[in-house]
Amino acid sequence: MSMDRRKFLKVAGLSTLIGLGGGSAFELLRPGKVDAEMEHEGHHGGHHGEAHEKAEEAGPKTRWAMLIDMKAITKEKAEKIIHVCHHIHNVPDWGNPKDEIKWVWEDEYEHVFTDSYNEYDEVLEKLPFLLMCNHCDEPPCARVCPVEATFRRPDGIVAQDYHRCIGCRFCMAACPYGSRSFNWLDPRIKLKEEMAKKGRKLNKKFPTRMRGVVEKCNFCVERLAEGKQPGCVEACPDVMHFGNLADENSNVRKILRERVSLRRKLELGTKPSVFYLV
Amino acid sequence: MIEKALKGSSVYWGWVIFLLCIIGAGFLAYLYQLKVGLGITGMSRDISWGVYIAQFTYFVGVAAGAVMLVIPKYLHHYTKYAKVVVFGEFLAIAAVVMCLLFIVVDIGQPMRMMNVVLHPTPHSMLFYDMIVLNGYLIINIICGYNTLLADKKGLPCPGWVKPFIYLSIPWAISIHTVTAFLYAGLPGRHFWLTAIMAPRFLASAFAAGPSLLVMILLFVRKVTKFDAGEEALQNIARTICYAMIVNFFFMGMEFFTAFYSNIPGHKATLEYLFWGIGEYGNLVPFMRACIVIGFAGIFILLVPPIRRRPLWLAIGCACVFLATWIDKGVGLVIGGFIPNPLEVITEYHPTFPEITIATAIWAVGGLILTVLYKVTISVREEEQRV
Ligand code: SF4
Ligand code: SF4
Repeated sequence: MSMDRRKFLKVAGLSTLIGLGGGSAFELLRPGKVDAEMEHEGHHGGHHGEAHEKAEEAGPKTRWAMLIDMKAITKEKAEKIIHVCHHIHNVPDWGNPKDEIKWVWEDEYEHVFTDSYNEYDEVLEKLPFLLMCNHCDEPPCARVCPVEATFRRPDGIVAQDYHRCIGCRFCMAACPYGSRSFNWLDPRIKLKEEMAKKGRKLNKKFPTRMRGVVEKCNFCVERLAEGKQPGCVEACPDVMHFGNLADENSNVRKILRERVSLRRKLELGTKPSVFYLV
Repeated sequence: MIEKALKGSSVYWGWVIFLLCIIGAGFLAYLYQLKVGLGITGMSRDISWGVYIAQFTYFVGVAAGAVMLVIPKYLHHYTKYAKVVVFGEFLAIAAVVMCLLFIVVDIGQPMRMMNVVLHPTPHSMLFYDMIVLNGYLIINIICGYNTLLADKKGLPCPGWVKPFIYLSIPWAISIHTVTAFLYAGLPGRHFWLTAIMAPRFLASAFAAGPSLLVMILLFVRKVTKFDAGEEALQNIARTICYAMIVNFFFMGMEFFTAFYSNIPGHKATLEYLFWGIGEYGNLVPFMRACIVIGFAGIFILLVPPIRRRPLWLAIGCACVFLATWIDKGVGLVIGGFIPNPLEVITEYHPTFPEITIATAIWAVGGLILTVLYKVTISVREEEQRV
């Protein structure tokens, strides 16, 4: 890390602290800033969580991350991604906001970047932002769970154990991104209904859930285990990029070096692993 | 001793049967919820906690309020409270049982409840909440039962109970502090993310618990031969009044911080609760009523000539109880979810089964209280006859 860059980081951090930086959440990642951040964490004993340390001991550091290219995305592609994900994971379509389950969904700039919404940015305003679990490096959802039914894996994925979850919904209150859904009703009943009425097919390789548990995007752990890419990446490889943030030479790091990116609500210290390339 | 609960007038039995009916109705509603799922409630993806958790939070406060009698009695040897302290402890028992029930009905997989014990997770505040609540229940059973037993025999409380009584003091503080931490430690929920949450919880608890107690004791004085003593009641009323003033003072501080700093996230929920945002304003009448009723309660309890009249004392306490209930049992929990993390407003409409279940838990609390107080009063009446 060069002195200049470190100085820049310090100044940037300080000015954010005293509110000079303007939008702290609306982090305009300078090309290369992530490298600096990672290095800082790795070699200079920067602030990092317990899970992080465990991961380091476990061998090569992996931290999965998703990049969403907002220059390549279109309404149709967003819808396709949602459809593919929800079908791979047997997410029922309740058709009402009260019972709905969503792993990935679409919303406007204003709602996605609440703390740094810039009303003069007419470009971002028109884009369909895809929302999903950010697989935070410091996930508040995992911190509050009383039974460790949601936990951060060493590879950075925040996973959910449907068999341990007691359905207290503490994690839903804790997630600052509204990424979690609760099965208010029996999803299997709805899925059966969709199969009968709409000819929907179940994905036999992925379990359906029971009612009374929480669920969310899982970065397709089940596919990663098979050496496949996440479903959304396979559906729209020009929009979604998935890779290892901890590896300097990975595809995602290369892209982040070249493009300007945003992450959501950075001021909360959750360290999201989902990046929006603008 | 417990057999005293079985001998009562027809009014007593009528009341018990009434409570049992409500409990029965709630039980049926709960079976329905178990079968269909929490979807029968008004909760949603955006408002993921509702009536249940709100009532839970409120009654943790009621339970903690008992300490306002224990401190003067045991730390300052204020003997005027000698006769009433056990009522406070029994109130705590009923309230904690209600809290535990509210948790049980709120969780999606109650059969997996024991996971909290099987997989102890010290980084979760809910883990500590489980410990402190169950601990508080046990401590109060020990203290309450032994105090009463000693009374019956006309002996002082046995020595080994004393440490439990002293322990109950910090423990009472802890239950409400930990409950506040459930909320105050969540990033991104601006309304809850405030360091004053725990102090404010305690202030409102010290108003809410004792105010319920005074109302009950006034009622008891009217219908039985047991008299808690005018001075004791007046002093509890003073405590309630000060606690309520502190509670409102803290609330005012929340307003100052939010509106003077002018940070939208901090203002949003307060705006929603007290003025409504756009077309959304379900809770506005409640919250405004809370302020008016709360100040009325403070006024009644603050002015001695008014406070000394039993009827006004009861009204003052009812005002405080109601105001703190709206504030904590309605606004605080629901408000925290509005607006949601995407700054979208979804309102909450509790459903009939949901309210039936919640009412039944109130009735369970009422039943426990009735039985315990019946026993206590029978013992006290015997004493007075002797
Ligand atoms: S986005 Fe929400 S659910 Fe996902 S890891 Fe972060 S806090 Fe947890
Ligand atoms: S709902 Fe499930 S995953 Fe969420 S905090 Fe409760 S037990 Fe953990």
